[in-house]
Amino acid sequence: MIKAPKNLKDMPITPLSRPTVASTGITGFWRTFRPILEPAKCNRCLLCWVFCPEGCIKRGAEDMPEIDYDYCKGCGICANECRLGAIKMEREGL
Amino acid sequence: MVALKELPKEEWILPGNAACAGCGASLSLRLTYKALGPRTVFVIPACCSTIIAGPFPYTSFSSPMLNMAFEATAAATSGVVAAFRKRGIKDVTVVGWAGDGGTADIGIQALSGAAERETDFIYIMYDNESYMNTGIQRSGSTPYGAWTTTTPTGKRQHKKNVPLIMVAHGVPYVATACISYPLDLVSKLRKAKEMEGTRYIQILTPCPPGWRFSTEKTVEMGRLAVQTGMWALFEFDQGKFKLSGPSAALIDKEKRKPIEDYLQKQGRFEHLTKEDVTMIQKWIDQTWENYKKLIENQ
Amino acid sequence: MSRTIIDTGNHIAGYAAKAARAQVVAAYPITPQSPVVEQIAEFVERGEMDAEYIRVESEHSAMTACIGAAAAGARTFTATSAQGLALMHEMLHWASGARLPIVMAVVNRAMAPPWTIWADFSDSLSQRDTGWIQFYCASNQEIFDTVLQAYKLCEDRQVLLPAMVCFEGFILSHTSMPVKILDQEAIDDFLPPYDPVWVLDVGNPFSHGNMVFPEWYMEFRYFIQEAMDNAEKMIPEIDKEYGRRFGFEYGGHIERYRCEDADLVLLSMGTIGSEARIAVDNLRKQGVKVGSARLRVFRPFPKEEIRRLVKDVQMVAAIDRQISFGIEGPLFTEVKASLYGEQDHPLAAGFIAGLGGRDVTFHDIEKIAMKSLEWLRTGKVEEDVTWVGLRA
Repeated sequence: MIKAPKNLKDMPITPLSRPTVASTGITGFWRTFRPILEPAKCNRCLLCWVFCPEGCIKRGAEDMPEIDYDYCKGCGICANECRLGAIKMEREGL
Repeated sequence: MVALKELPKEEWILPGNAACAGCGASLSLRLTYKALGPRTVFVIPACCSTIIAGPFPYTSFSSPMLNMAFEATAAATSGVVAAFRKRGIKDVTVVGWAGDGGTADIGIQALSGAAERETDFIYIMYDNESYMNTGIQRSGSTPYGAWTTTTPTGKRQHKKNVPLIMVAHGVPYVATACISYPLDLVSKLRKAKEMEGTRYIQILTPCPPGWRFSTEKTVEMGRLAVQTGMWALFEFDQGKFKLSGPSAALIDKEKRKPIEDYLQKQGRFEHLTKEDVTMIQKWIDQTWENYKKLIENQ
Repeated sequence: MSRTIIDTGNHIAGYAAKAARAQVVAAYPITPQSPVVEQIAEFVERGEMDAEYIRVESEHSAMTACIGAAAAGARTFTATSAQGLALMHEMLHWASGARLPIVMAVVNRAMAPPWTIWADFSDSLSQRDTGWIQFYCASNQEIFDTVLQAYKLCEDRQVLLPAMVCFEGFILSHTSMPVKILDQEAIDDFLPPYDPVWVLDVGNPFSHGNMVFPEWYMEFRYFIQEAMDNAEKMIPEIDKEYGRRFGFEYGGHIERYRCEDADLVLLSMGTIGSEARIAVDNLRKQGVKVGSARLRVFRPFPKEEIRRLVKDVQMVAAIDRQISFGIEGPLFTEVKASLYGEQDHPLAAGFIAGLGGRDVTFHDIEKIAMKSLEWLRTGKVEEDVTWVGLRA
């Protein structure tokens, strides 16, 4: 994460922004529901991976999906698209 | 057609960005990057993607991106292309990436001019069918009957057909795509990347807050749009028309799902009367008759 | 090899763009600018100018394409007038905010309605807040020289602002004058290739222009003002250097004519300034101690130079070829603003003249001078702003 400039002399003369993860913060905080994957039910078709708008599902060992909860916004697309019901949405922190 | 597992693992739209949960545009941007790779320069007008890019001093874009005034995308992109050519910079894809507002309405002059000049770039319109970034006001690309904040009783005019407008410009490649069919989208973008001249692709990107559906249904909505024939996947490749993927079979009216399947699932169509729905169905059927004629007359 | 040609201001602007080795030109025709872009088109298609020429579909797109090209690392040039400049307004802000050293020839023409093709400064002066450096020329040679000086100034890392090189439509644009087209090698030595501070580069990716919260915005604007201050210092230095190398210089910010012992100084811009010299000579023959000061640059406004100019001067008359509706001519306002707070500042009177291309002859200027001197004698400026030659 690059440091935000504090003083005039640290600022670029025109607004140039660097590629940064968490540009708008740890968006995992947005969630109301979180997706829970049951590996036993998963056939590693990767539909959840391809349809995640955030790109926060990673292709893990042998393409087992791994959800990055730091950035998952809890939209539920992965759960909705999984044809085997291997992902369920659970209410956050009740 | 590329295989799902062959798509790159890297994410070039960095997570932790300001896109809404379930954002169709965000997904389209992510898939576009997977199609085109990181040697891509984006020119982006004021639109949802501006917000997805995030606030200074951070950006979620991994490759160079030039923010631009609303109506100016294709003109700025023309300038970038000219400068790269003059400076001998090769092997870089230059993309004008704009929403439907910035393309069908305020941006159409610049796009038309760039296309007429045979500017060598890819222009992608991601279509969430309203001015979503400013809070869901109608655009020329909003479909008939849709609620928006500036058409609260439903838009009375039909969706502007920008793909056909681009075909009329005689550009070498025009294609439509949808985030629900990612392999079709990626294949079309990769095909476009290998071509020269003005290449235009319009991607349907459903929007949960704008279309009024729950965030997990974004991909489902795009799929229904295609399955009902509301949105056709096709290409005009060097002027030759071809329906793609699942749309090819839908030339047969029986194979198309009834439009209610699509309309009833979105709050923006909640107020439609039976007459409205019949009218929309007729319009879709007529559009597909036109596709049939196109194919026959080729 | 340098050579002297006789050609119109417009064509000379085209020669200057070629001499400056502009790499991308994006322009849209409008009277009286069209011959600029036509000349450039000929150079490019004959292979004499190595540039990408984008024949855009509007002036808004012309400026936008220049911005895109400059952001992608090219030296850019464009030209326009009146409605075209007004149409570009949004993008003028963009160019300066993005700190891109675009140089544009503005062939001054009055704003419509009513339709007019003749000159005044309503087009360029109404853009004075956009962060563009503004030069005003009084001869075709000056047009050529100023374009080159502008690139040198704008591309300097202390500046990095775009510049307008303004010259009056028809008066200069369509009038032929002898101009020395300087030796290209010597020009290349004066003006090296553009070396951008920021550029779109897949090897060094960033986004330009992302949203900025209130905690940042003011500083970016401050930087532009700082750049203007730097430009104010550098303009006379570059003019002097140009004079040393090529034999043409214009007095830095202000071209003075017989101001040394003047009681009254006539302030103006553009060709009114060159016409004023005839008036000054005529009046001097009658024993009137008057001088002419032609502002060569309006932005940055040469406050310091104005203060120096009017030391020991008793009266200034500002001749504006523009009215800022609701107040007065901008030159008049800014001259007074420069002098406020100075001890012993002169009396000042404003004159609105030559709108819509109405001729401002040396007769008119002599009358302006005589009226001003009348007020100087009584010690009171009767009319703050006088419209010259208005129908009764």
